[in-house]
Amino acid sequence: MFRLISIGLTFFFMCGLFSPVTAAERLRLATTTSTEASGLLAKLLPPFEQANDCKVDVIAVGTGKALKLGESGDVDVVLVHARSLEDKFMADGYGSDRRDVMYNDFVLLGPLHDPAGVMGDNDLTAVMSKIATSGLSFVSRGDESGTHVRERQLWQAANVVPQGDWYLEAGRGMGEVIIMANERQGYTLSDRGTYLAFKDKVDLKLVFAGDERLFNPYGVIMVNPARHPHVKEDLARKFLDFLTSEEGQGLINGFKMDGEQLFYTH
Amino acid sequence: MNYLSDSLLAAVALILSFDREVQLAVWTSVYTAGVAIVIAATLSIPIGLWLGLKRFRGRRVLITLLNTLMAMPTVVIGLVLFGLFSRQGPMGEFGLLFTPVAMIAGQTVLAIPIVANYVLACVNGADHRVIDTARTLGATQFQASIQLIKEIRFGVMAALIAGFGRVIGEVGVAMMLGGNIRGSTRTMTTAIALETSKGEFVFGLSLGIVLLCVALIVNLFLNMLQQR
Repeated sequence: MFRLISIGLTFFFMCGLFSPVTAAERLRLATTTSTEASGLLAKLLPPFEQANDCKVDVIAVGTGKALKLGESGDVDVVLVHARSLEDKFMADGYGSDRRDVMYNDFVLLGPLHDPAGVMGDNDLTAVMSKIATSGLSFVSRGDESGTHVRERQLWQAANVVPQGDWYLEAGRGMGEVIIMANERQGYTLSDRGTYLAFKDKVDLKLVFAGDERLFNPYGVIMVNPARHPHVKEDLARKFLDFLTSEEGQGLINGFKMDGEQLFYTH
Repeated sequence: MNYLSDSLLAAVALILSFDREVQLAVWTSVYTAGVAIVIAATLSIPIGLWLGLKRFRGRRVLITLLNTLMAMPTVVIGLVLFGLFSRQGPMGEFGLLFTPVAMIAGQTVLAIPIVANYVLACVNGADHRVIDTARTLGATQFQASIQLIKEIRFGVMAALIAGFGRVIGEVGVAMMLGGNIRGSTRTMTTAIALETSKGEFVFGLSLGIVLLCVALIVNLFLNMLQQR
């Protein structure tokens, strides 16, 4: 039996040597769940990987955590969407180069029959206070993601302190939060991409969109090599160049889900 | 029941399609869990033997501690090792975070208390005269211990199977330390978590069924070893 086990052992370690986990140079990208889950990166990355003979490791987390990973130098590049946090990241010297990549917008979702009666209202702050006083649930990301940061700004603009039985802080990704809002038949704030991906799976509809305060720009930041010498500076710069190049921007504009464009370039 | 039957069908289709990404995720799961359990075994079998055979002050405290460690949440193991492997941490210069190595380390820590506890229980239940007999026949302490392990080999195997099952089915360590990177650290469990977050419940559940099938194959193999 022990001989068999040792043969098994050797087999395991041999397999490790030939495991597919060996590739050319690797670039670590921390990004938000929206870019990964929507499928944009699956379309955007392969041309870059081919052109530069490298592999981009995508770590999809919320914007807050992505920036933390950049701060600690555990990734080379971050692609996020919370301008206020990004500016702070740059001001604190954690990033060495920041560029605008693309934008889309946030949308408010609610139950099909809109029990809070916010449809048709053109004033975003009025809509937010209506939801807060309606007694219906509002599901918040509650995870320091870009969406969560924006949502808190919206409550502030509406002079609402979000707390109480109606305010559910999920602490989960956008998809889970949409599903939760659906189960509770409440309202939530989502980026348009994730909403489109979930549109057919839930009984929620878009109840408000189009305010400039719902504008959702994405930026790409290179982690500062002066602070973290192991950052792959050349490859990271090439990645920034690629995303802002005609080719990269064309791929972003051409990316569609169910015939709808998800991200727009400037 | 559409949901469950759809998932079952999707699982069968998935297995038959030999999808490369699924294969890779299965492979990463089996490989990391396998290596972790081997390392855990080399550390925790001696621990179990030692605690089972030696009598010394503080032994009961150590055993209680070992039992308690079985309740350690995977996310806590992930957090501790995250701090260790991060660039800011003491082992940061090796850049191990978000690699299979980090995952294996976390899974090893997860498996050690389980395997050690099982082995300890076996040793307690075994006939200790084996040791004495071997010693009187001129065996060293080490040789006598090997003899004892041979006596309780079924129990040791059960310990390894339990540890393997725990490790291959967990998601906290794999997600935190591996980062769910496609083609590199994406395991079956983190892939299921990802599909769930995308709302692809049927696909997620079918991946779960595939994972169970893999576990079944591994256990059949181990069972075969035991028959010998």
